[in-house]
Amino acid sequence: MTTLAPIGRLRGRTATRRADVVFRGSTRVFGGAVIATLGVVAAVLVVSSAPAWTRFGVDLITQTTWDPVRDVYGALPFIVGTLYAAAIALLIATPIGVLTAIFLSEFAPRRVAIPLTFTIELLAAIPSVVIGLWGIFVLSPFLRDTVDSWLIATLGWLPFFRGPSFGVGLGAAGVILAIMILPTIVSISREVLSSVPNSQREAMFGLGATRWEVAVKAVLPYARSGVVGAAILGLGRALGETMAVTMVIGNGQDIPVSIFDQAQTIASKIAVTFNEASGGFQTQSLVAIGLILLVMTLLLNVAARLLVSRAQRGPIR
Amino acid sequence: MSATPGTLAGSRAPFAERLAAVRGSRRRVVDRVMRTVALAAALVCVLPLAAILLFVVIKGAAALNLDLLTKPPKALGTGGGALNAILGSLQMVAVAALVAVPVGILGGVYVSEFASRRSARAVRFAADVMVGVPSILIGIVAYTLLVVPFKQFNAAAGSVALALIMVPVIVRTTEEILRLVPHEIREAGLALGVPTWRVVLSVVLPAGRTGVLTGVMLAVARAAGETAPLLFTALGSRLVNVGQFGQPMDALPLFIYNGARQPIAALNDQAWGAALLLLLFVLGVNVAVRARSWGRRAG
Repeated sequence: MTTLAPIGRLRGRTATRRADVVFRGSTRVFGGAVIATLGVVAAVLVVSSAPAWTRFGVDLITQTTWDPVRDVYGALPFIVGTLYAAAIALLIATPIGVLTAIFLSEFAPRRVAIPLTFTIELLAAIPSVVIGLWGIFVLSPFLRDTVDSWLIATLGWLPFFRGPSFGVGLGAAGVILAIMILPTIVSISREVLSSVPNSQREAMFGLGATRWEVAVKAVLPYARSGVVGAAILGLGRALGETMAVTMVIGNGQDIPVSIFDQAQTIASKIAVTFNEASGGFQTQSLVAIGLILLVMTLLLNVAARLLVSRAQRGPIR
Repeated sequence: MSATPGTLAGSRAPFAERLAAVRGSRRRVVDRVMRTVALAAALVCVLPLAAILLFVVIKGAAALNLDLLTKPPKALGTGGGALNAILGSLQMVAVAALVAVPVGILGGVYVSEFASRRSARAVRFAADVMVGVPSILIGIVAYTLLVVPFKQFNAAAGSVALALIMVPVIVRTTEEILRLVPHEIREAGLALGVPTWRVVLSVVLPAGRTGVLTGVMLAVARAAGETAPLLFTALGSRLVNVGQFGQPMDALPLFIYNGARQPIAALNDQAWGAALLLLLFVLGVNVAVRARSWGRRAG
């Protein structure tokens, strides 16, 4: 980081010219616009969900019936669905992602690591709807015919793996989300691991450690908070992801128990219901659960960014 | 404690040393195994990308024909093409870019050239948070502000939603690139008596040109692939809509979503064809833009 002041802040004759004042003012307006839009987003969600909050209060969060006919709305099944799908995604993506990041930053030679990083980052660029299309027609049938039947046969006695599997459902959504958050987890973990100073590695090598031991005992602990931050950032993305999830999660209105249950997340419920909602409190209630989603993702994002920036400055004890 | 790994497995060596040797070899096995596991994890990361590309190319190519590119969907039944979606995506993304590019670049200029440390942090923070806001919520906001008052789903609301998604991306990349421009060339400009605004516009921005362009292109690619913000705004339409921003308009992502939801094979095929088009554009931009900066990093 440079310690020099931005040129616009240099005091002097140039700063007082009228054109400069105008230019500087207009850039400030646009910079402020970014902050303002964030405020507008929050304000719109708060204001247009207010009627639902005053009508239902915490019942919106704690009740399980979402019934437009009786005009009663409780979103607990969708909140559980959101957390459940995200948890499956994290469980799959975190170990794979962190191991990949270790491979890229510690083991792989440069000529392998650079194109591989590039390829994995490309995965993040694929539009959600295309992944969803692949999810419906390729991944779900594949899971149903292979992994799911095996899971039901071996672990089916657990309520979490109770069949039957239709292909679409929470499990498929979790796998799709895992694929979508992998690039986030890999690229941020890799950056954090790469910023660990080499002295840390050399000291451990000097003690006769193997490369794996160096990675796990010297590098990973140093970068721990950043790796946790990467996972949380992935979680934030998983919670808010809409299209691909909507396409593979099925359409379940009850609190999901088994990973083969069909369900809805907050985002997918909004996506499929919003345009059909008319009259009563349904639209306001949908905005209300959108607000819950906003709060969850904001908290996670802020926490994750703090952790990552702290990790790049050094270890925390 | 100070075990010398591996090499001292002589039969005459004392017990502790032999133990150390055995443990040393086990450590090497663990090392080998775990490094292989890490490699396997990296390959698993690449697998979905390969599988998605494979299926989109195979199924998409089978559905790709002149009709898909040049005809709108038939009014009744199946058949026709995706012209409505192609034109819609081009128009909405273009209008969104027209709004978002100047706002984003000037916002980035503000952060890097004019803002105090505190306001720079605030704008940067707000932009980062905006990037993390689920895009479906942006859709709700655009719906509330631009669809409800006009009692009509419209393409303008879709463009605004896409612009809201693009701006924070452009602000952040612009700001990061401009900070890399050496301070000396700014000073050189100022020393010649050039006013600050001209230094920024004719020296600083051109110096960061490729980087700023990279950010813009990546933001455009991202907006082109977004579906959720358009669901409640542009809505989608089976008609070709050119220039009617007060009316519903289709877009490639909406076309794919709607085609995939129908239990009709012909529509599913069209969705694959549209997915190939969308992917060609999005990945094309990403590869082109990233390959350049990657080439520079390696070189």
